[in-house]
Amino acid sequence: MRLTRRDALVALGATGLAGAGVGAGVLAFDDGSPADGDDETGADALLRSLAAAAEVLYPSGVEGVEEFVETYSLGRVRGRETYREGLRRAVSDLDAAARAWYGAPYADLDRDTRESVLRELGADTADADPEGRRGERIRYYVVEELLYAFYASPTGGRLAGIENPVGYPGGVESYRRGPEAARTGSERGDDSGDGGESP
Amino acid sequence: MSDHETDVCVVGAGPAGALVADRLAKRGHDVLVLDAGPRFDGPDEDRLERMEAFVRSGDWRGVWEMGGERDAYTSEGRDYPLNHARVKGVGGSSLHWHGMVMRLHESDFERHSRDGVGVDWPIGYEDLRPYYAAAERELGVAGAADDPYAAPREEPYPMAAFPPSYSDSLFAPACERLGVDMHSASNARNSEAYDDAPTCVGYGTCKPVCPSRAKYTAERHVAAAEDEGATVVANAPVQRLDTDERGERLVRAVYADDGPEGGGGERTVEADQFVLAAGGVETPRLLLLSADEANPDGLANASGAVGRYFMDHLYAGTGGVLDEPTRQKHVGFNTSECHQFYDDPTAGATGTAASVPASDADCGPLKLEFVNYAGPAPTDVALDGEQWGDDLLAEVRESYGRFVEVGALVGQLPRAENRIALDPDRTDDHGNPVPRVVWNIDDRTRRTLARANQIQEHILAEMGAEVRWQVGPENTGPAFHHMGTTRMGTDPATSVVDAELRAHDHPNLSVVSSSVFPTSGAMNPTLTIAALALRAADTLHDALSR
Repeated sequence: MRLTRRDALVALGATGLAGAGVGAGVLAFDDGSPADGDDETGADALLRSLAAAAEVLYPSGVEGVEEFVETYSLGRVRGRETYREGLRRAVSDLDAAARAWYGAPYADLDRDTRESVLRELGADTADADPEGRRGERIRYYVVEELLYAFYASPTGGRLAGIENPVGYPGGVESYRRGPEAARTGSERGDDSGDGGESP
Repeated sequence: MSDHETDVCVVGAGPAGALVADRLAKRGHDVLVLDAGPRFDGPDEDRLERMEAFVRSGDWRGVWEMGGERDAYTSEGRDYPLNHARVKGVGGSSLHWHGMVMRLHESDFERHSRDGVGVDWPIGYEDLRPYYAAAERELGVAGAADDPYAAPREEPYPMAAFPPSYSDSLFAPACERLGVDMHSASNARNSEAYDDAPTCVGYGTCKPVCPSRAKYTAERHVAAAEDEGATVVANAPVQRLDTDERGERLVRAVYADDGPEGGGGERTVEADQFVLAAGGVETPRLLLLSADEANPDGLANASGAVGRYFMDHLYAGTGGVLDEPTRQKHVGFNTSECHQFYDDPTAGATGTAASVPASDADCGPLKLEFVNYAGPAPTDVALDGEQWGDDLLAEVRESYGRFVEVGALVGQLPRAENRIALDPDRTDDHGNPVPRVVWNIDDRTRRTLARANQIQEHILAEMGAEVRWQVGPENTGPAFHHMGTTRMGTDPATSVVDAELRAHDHPNLSVVSSSVFPTSGAMNPTLTIAALALRAADTLHDALSR
């Protein structure tokens, strides 16, 4: 199963945040600075950390995770200052823990160690809370955010047997179809356009 | 000097209040609507964000910002999760409702005459019949006249029914062998574009939020009423109603201005007619809070019935798994029901190859629902677990996909001891006693729940499902339909409002709500609420025109 940029746009479509033309500039992370694209290094590091976490969270057979996460995350932060700041802080905390405990940026750790960091932070058992303690914020902004992107999108849903998962529009077209629709890929999902419009 | 003077003051901007306001504003009357909660239509309003917040958290109550001191309550007897059961704000509980819209049966209006239990309604099905048709047009109901057990109707539904689901098709052969009739379910959601509202696209989260707005909410009729000149004041919880010096006519409503500029200060509305449409809990609470010298037990309460006879519908369900995919969770609503056991819950059924045995228990009406959303969704499993990667996918695949469930609604009988009272020990954010929900269920209701379970077990067994869970007499919960607490009747000694929904004790006070239902039936109540509201609007128009 390969995730594509289109999958990310489809997933964003379900959240109402899909739109044209977002670049890494929206992730300019100097505290309080405008999103002018001058801090692409920080943005790139953040996206690499998120993609590294996604590789832990998503099934091993899924390819194209980096591009999917980049497109999805950039769409999610656009125009949402509180969210952007919360995401930046959570990923920064994740990376800081990796450096402190394992001596390397989170994205540079091997997959098992990345999973260990998340679990040592309590992000496996914490209640997701965007304003909570470190593990609760990482659960909210990293773990659940990335799992929602995947399992509420047709690509992830289809792996589970539902090509139009809860939270994604299209169920009124798919609810009468038999199980073969999920196995073969539905008319939607694979061919659903740019994800910027609801069907 | 009052802050507002109007022809009609409506308390509550849910379906009942919105429909009354719309109808009266269209006929040229000045209407002012007060609602205790906010408007959910600000510049940042995003129904997709509300949906995502719900899918990610499972927090049903928080979607519409219920909870806190404003909504405090206490519960006695069976636990009652009141703030999961209602929404305060413009649109009311229709913001989170499921959108199931069935007419009551003729028998529901004659429960005492037919069964010797409960009380009869002072009106019959024929009195409501034209208003049911009008209510179906107003709410936009998708349905089909394929239910052989339904009350008589003369017109087609405004929209075609949603066709049966794949899941329904798995039930159908078993039901045919058993002689259990499946038919369409009527839904207040658009199977095609209707008025200005879009067609359902199937986000799968009807309950508690429809992001596409294809599900009816009372926001539509609030907007229509405002277009006709009605005024709607949000964040305006009514504190009390004042009467004239004889304690008969209502002269004003006093509300707290909880808006951004209001600071909680008291404001007043003077009106010729007052309409309480604040649901089955806040309506009796406001009447009790408004006790005065002439009405020491509360307004409209010479009978002592205000707050009493609280009823809800109870859920019975049996779920299991098949050894094949069942395609749950594509939509958040049901497409097939069975009303065969509504008027005759104990009758047996025999089909082409099997049967459901008759029962000799004394039972009330029940209706069966073939659920399209049994078991967890992939996101429920993924966001709730501690496993990730391949382990998580295996867990998701194991948890999603093979479930089936048959649900049922059962109506409980009116009993005086079930009641909404004022709690003497706890106050809300304005210092008013909070509602105390005193609630238990009676033996007949328990027997009917058990009967529903019995029929469900036969259906699941016939289709080869392995039963995994059951909700029945011991673990049942409420369907969040608050009824009975200002009951309708002809005798002022035993009821609160008359057949025209006017308070026996106050000539210019009407109650439009499921709180006027004398006996509950087992159908989801909102279509009947809407029909009663349209009927009350006619009565109020006549009164205002005199």
